Amino acid sequence: MLRHVTNRILGQGLRLPATPAAVGGSGLPRMYHERVVDHYNHPRNVGSFDKNDEDVGTGLVGAPACGDVMKLQIKVDDETGKIVDACFKTFGCGSAIASSSLATEWVKGKKMEEVLTIKNTEIAKHLSLPPVKLHCSMLAEDAIKAAVKDYEDKHSK
Amino acid sequence: MASKFLAIALRRTIPKPTTAIRLVRHPFSTAAAVAVEPYEEDGNGIAMKGVKIAGRPLYLDMQATSPVDPRVLDAMLPYYLSHYGNPHSRTHLYGWESEQAVESARARVSALINASPKEIIFTSGATESNNISIKGVMHFYKDKKRHVITTQTEHKCVLDSCRYLQQEGFEVTYLPVKPDGLVDLEKLRTSIRPDTGLVSVMMVNNEIGVIQPMEEIGEICKEFNVPLHTDAAQALGKIPIDVDKMNISLMSLSGHKIYGPKGIGALFMRRRPRIRVEPQMNGGGQERGIRSGTVPTPLAVGFGAACELAMKEMEYDDKRISVLQERLLNGIREKIDGVVVNGSEVSRYAGNLNLSFAFVEGESLLMGLKEVAVSSGSACTSASLEPSYVLRALGVDEDMAHTSIRYGIGRFTTEEEIDRAVELTVKQVEKLRELSPLYEMFKEGIDIKSIQWSQH
Repeated sequence: MLRHVTNRILGQGLRLPATPAAVGGSGLPRMYHERVVDHYNHPRNVGSFDKNDEDVGTGLVGAPACGDVMKLQIKVDDETGKIVDACFKTFGCGSAIASSSLATEWVKGKKMEEVLTIKNTEIAKHLSLPPVKLHCSMLAEDAIKAAVKDYEDKHSK
Repeated sequence: MASKFLAIALRRTIPKPTTAIRLVRHPFSTAAAVAVEPYEEDGNGIAMKGVKIAGRPLYLDMQATSPVDPRVLDAMLPYYLSHYGNPHSRTHLYGWESEQAVESARARVSALINASPKEIIFTSGATESNNISIKGVMHFYKDKKRHVITTQTEHKCVLDSCRYLQQEGFEVTYLPVKPDGLVDLEKLRTSIRPDTGLVSVMMVNNEIGVIQPMEEIGEICKEFNVPLHTDAAQALGKIPIDVDKMNISLMSLSGHKIYGPKGIGALFMRRRPRIRVEPQMNGGGQERGIRSGTVPTPLAVGFGAACELAMKEMEYDDKRISVLQERLLNGIREKIDGVVVNGSEVSRYAGNLNLSFAFVEGESLLMGLKEVAVSSGSACTSASLEPSYVLRALGVDEDMAHTSIRYGIGRFTTEEEIDRAVELTVKQVEKLRELSPLYEMFKEGIDIKSIQWSQH
């Protein structure tokens, strides 16, 4: 009887989790993933290019009423069709800033056709965005597409 | 004998918690299954929810809750440890002394609002008091009175109770407010109908801090003989309240907003002329049959002590907090432009400063202000992502509605905390404006309102 009781108590006691890392990784809801916080504290490629420049494509998406506006600019090398530089500015929550910052990182050095294949789900996965913030990654994808389209419009005229 | 064996066996097998993890759990407790968020505290600061900060944040969120005044805690402790009787126990000393303590606390609460102790009912908080007032009054008078008037800027519990009444078939008028947050008295006058059973207007708004003209509203209600209910959770102990001058019939009070304990509040119910409610909690008929359930003596004693302190220190606190508020506002305005104060600058409580920063989004600003505990709008709406309904009711532009920060200053806030909050706010706002395309457009002279945005 005593052994039974002891085992039960010990059994309960030993249900302590092994390490904080194990607990942290397995689905306890975090407000912001470390990567989002990192992008927020150290955003990459903030800035502006001259939008009248021939090499620059500008994508401006979103609306202040929705609480999210993203401006993504790409500088393209005319001969190779590669994106040599990118920069962004965002009015939005931490996830929006992180999504657009990440987008500028990913488009650099790629060809324009390639970046059109970047999907919002990839951005969301990389940043571990919660479902409620998926629209931020969608906006980032739209911004990339808009920037590419703007560049192409300039060159088709 | 057996317990000693158990203790030895356990000590040998269960590992000691390492210094990195400090999980507050007792090995015997079945609450072991409830996961406590890992809260790592080492020499380099605190890490929680993916955010690392150097130490505990400065607390500037007094509208959400306030720290318990040590003097209040001193008054409460004996009722937990030695005088722990149930105040409704009639037969022994423990009950008698507990009842005496509750009655004396009741007298202190009533003194602060110029009411009689017989008019105070202890509840679990202002939310419960609001529920009792709104639903209780309308259910009691449901045969004759079918209409309720309230404002668009009320606390969620008031709005939700009204919505519930609407589902039951009552009619509710949600009065709009002027851009400064005050109720339009003419509109109130014209909305009152012969079958209006209740007017509910909160005295001090929890989000923007505006003080409604209660005396004028009370006069209008007296003229039309309609009971006036007010949610005074944020007002108690901070501005002078007189239920007779303001002609208030029902008032909700909260303990944890005036440096008292959490979990206690009160409802003021006028006796002359008597207002009747249908109880929401059925049971043994405690608290005059209005709110059954054991009155938590230590909490009531704490509430009473907090009210007594508030009465003594209201003027001093108000002066001090006004000075701090000016320091905060001027400090921020000196360094950055595009700062808007939400709500009337004249008729407002000094300890609540709600600011909007143009071209900067609120959530991202909050993310950067982790070393200062502030809130965007109210705690009850921060879980959802919609812009605060209070700001929308003020007619604030949609893009500004997303950017508000509410600073709460209280009795224990110091000048150093204000200065540091100013410094951090200015730094974050400047950083986010660097990132903001709207600020860039503004600097270039483009009118943002004229742009056609591609909606999603």
